[in-house]
Amino acid sequence: MNIQRWLHVHPGRRFVIGVPFVWLLIFFVVPFLILLRISVTDMGNGVNPFAPLMQAVDGSLHIMLKYQNYLSIFEEVDKGSGAKAWGQTIYLEAYLTSLKYACLTTILCLVIGYPFAYFIARAKKSVQPALLMLVMLPFWTSFLLRVYAWKGILADQGVVNNVLVWAGFIQEPLQLLYSDVSMLVGMTYVYCPFMILPLYATLVKLDFRLLEAAYDLGASPWKAFWLITVPLSKAGIIAGSMLVFIPCVGEFVIPSLLGGAENIMIGRVVWDEMFSSNNWPRASALAVVMILFILVPMAVYNHYGAEREAAGKE
Amino acid sequence: MNQHDSHPSGFLLTENLVKRFDDVVAVDDVSISIQKGEIFALLGSSGCGKSTLLRILAGFEKPTAGRVLLNGLDIASFPPYERPINMMFQSYALFPHLNIWDNVAFGLKREGMPPAQIKTRVEEMLELVQLTAYAKRKPHQLSGGQQQRVALARSLAKKPQLLLLDEPLGALDKKLRQRTQFELVHIIESVGVTVVMVTHDQEEAMTMASRIAVMSHGRVLQVGTPQEIYECPTNRFVADFIGNINLFDGQLSVDEHDRSEITIDQGVVHIDHGIGGSIGMPLTIAVRPEKIYISKTRPNVNVNLFSGKVREIGYFGSYSSFIVEMQDGRTVVVTEPNGSRLENIDITWDDRVFFWWDEADPVVLTH
Repeated sequence: MNIQRWLHVHPGRRFVIGVPFVWLLIFFVVPFLILLRISVTDMGNGVNPFAPLMQAVDGSLHIMLKYQNYLSIFEEVDKGSGAKAWGQTIYLEAYLTSLKYACLTTILCLVIGYPFAYFIARAKKSVQPALLMLVMLPFWTSFLLRVYAWKGILADQGVVNNVLVWAGFIQEPLQLLYSDVSMLVGMTYVYCPFMILPLYATLVKLDFRLLEAAYDLGASPWKAFWLITVPLSKAGIIAGSMLVFIPCVGEFVIPSLLGGAENIMIGRVVWDEMFSSNNWPRASALAVVMILFILVPMAVYNHYGAEREAAGKE
Repeated sequence: MNQHDSHPSGFLLTENLVKRFDDVVAVDDVSISIQKGEIFALLGSSGCGKSTLLRILAGFEKPTAGRVLLNGLDIASFPPYERPINMMFQSYALFPHLNIWDNVAFGLKREGMPPAQIKTRVEEMLELVQLTAYAKRKPHQLSGGQQQRVALARSLAKKPQLLLLDEPLGALDKKLRQRTQFELVHIIESVGVTVVMVTHDQEEAMTMASRIAVMSHGRVLQVGTPQEIYECPTNRFVADFIGNINLFDGQLSVDEHDRSEITIDQGVVHIDHGIGGSIGMPLTIAVRPEKIYISKTRPNVNVNLFSGKVREIGYFGSYSSFIVEMQDGRTVVVTEPNGSRLENIDITWDDRVFFWWDEADPVVLTH
């Protein structure tokens, strides 16, 4: 049915939809297929970082698909006996660390971003563009510079510690840099605008008379917020959370610059496999699994979300 | 009478209510009294302060000065969620993410009513507005008229002591509006709730309300029954605002206890009662178009008789409207009911016509 509809749409519309579609196909699907292809081969022989997929042996074409790279993500090899067992590999740990910090960052962005977006959406129409500009202003500076700036702020002799020591709250400077704290601060700082903008977009469309109706029917402001504002800004909450969560899972730069040695995230592991161990197939397999980690819950949500939406409109 | 209501006490009282926004006075010293079970309309054009007054009653605005007494209790400082008052919004403000059943149940749940009672009450309300079959639908799946009934059911569900209606029929088209206004009054009366409604539509106010307060620039100019407002306006604004009217400025020339004469630019108007003013004082005569007779032949009367040329004719089906230009260029609007099918057909453009009215019909307005 979808294909039929697609064929009936106006040629102009087909073009407008088609161009971004082709763009995504080339720059997302094709690299992904290359990744997938590398992930099912062996390590190469030095000249090539990975073995060819197809080989002609004795006049017949052989396609070799190796799932070893995927198994190694979940299987631990006992160093003494060489026996293999399912276990806590460093890869699984890295995945869990990544998901944990991505979740924490998303929650922090939501907690900080929601009141902020709400404030902008309720501000006077004339000042809203200026407030939005403030949200986007950091993008005018290089991303790396901004992350480096946090080093200066959070270092042992940095701004925060100096102020705290000077004010007498602490005697010794706190270990802020290269820890969970600095990493979360950095990621929350960088990704917060991605949470604020979609939230603002839904909150600005919210009819505030609905809140008056809720008060009128006996809901306190807090109750009205939970029963009316939050459900009606669900689309913005989901969009913002995805925009923060997805890049956070694979984030590499911020953990490397601000994170400690103990919180190895998956982005770092992929980097190491790729450039230190030169094990392209395993790095590819790790990346593919990471994409699955993100895509599967998204697809499930989309499926049920769309179904609910359709049910509501009938 | 005009600024202060004649009723000394009432179910809902506003006392010298004032609301200022920065330097704009939206509500200016309004004192009205509303009886229990009454449908009271605040009528005025946009920006006259009627909506602000309603929002003060609902609790969305705090008055700058004055008191609001409901059943003797000053509620001016109560937040909206602690008032026994519910409002039907102009936009209906139905919660788009909740179905009809949950919309109606919203207020009851906030009260902490037990689920079994909520169920009974919601079903009763949906029955009242004949939407039982639509309980599981979302608001956007309903027509405008159905949404309006949901809004009404939701605002009545908590059995409020006072129901506020903000332009209750404003979002409906004309045909549906006429049908709905009687239906609405019927439902309100069957529930027996006291109502304050806001409207800019005089027809809506006249058909629905038991009493009307005409507002302009934040002030209440006249309070009265629809008939009083229409037939006996007490000032020029009310006379001009409600329906069509012909206004003539003049001076009092004869004033006896049972008759008076007022000299206007086009002649002398005779009135069948005394004014009790001083000779020469400026007055305005107001005559409704339907109170004026029109004819091509000279009638057998000699007072309040004028003549002119027909400039425009408007045919409105049930009545025709003539715009007659007098000798000095002054125009007068006259309407004639089209009682039998071929009446008035003899009067046409540029005809010379006579028009006159009874001595009892003009309203005299003092300045």
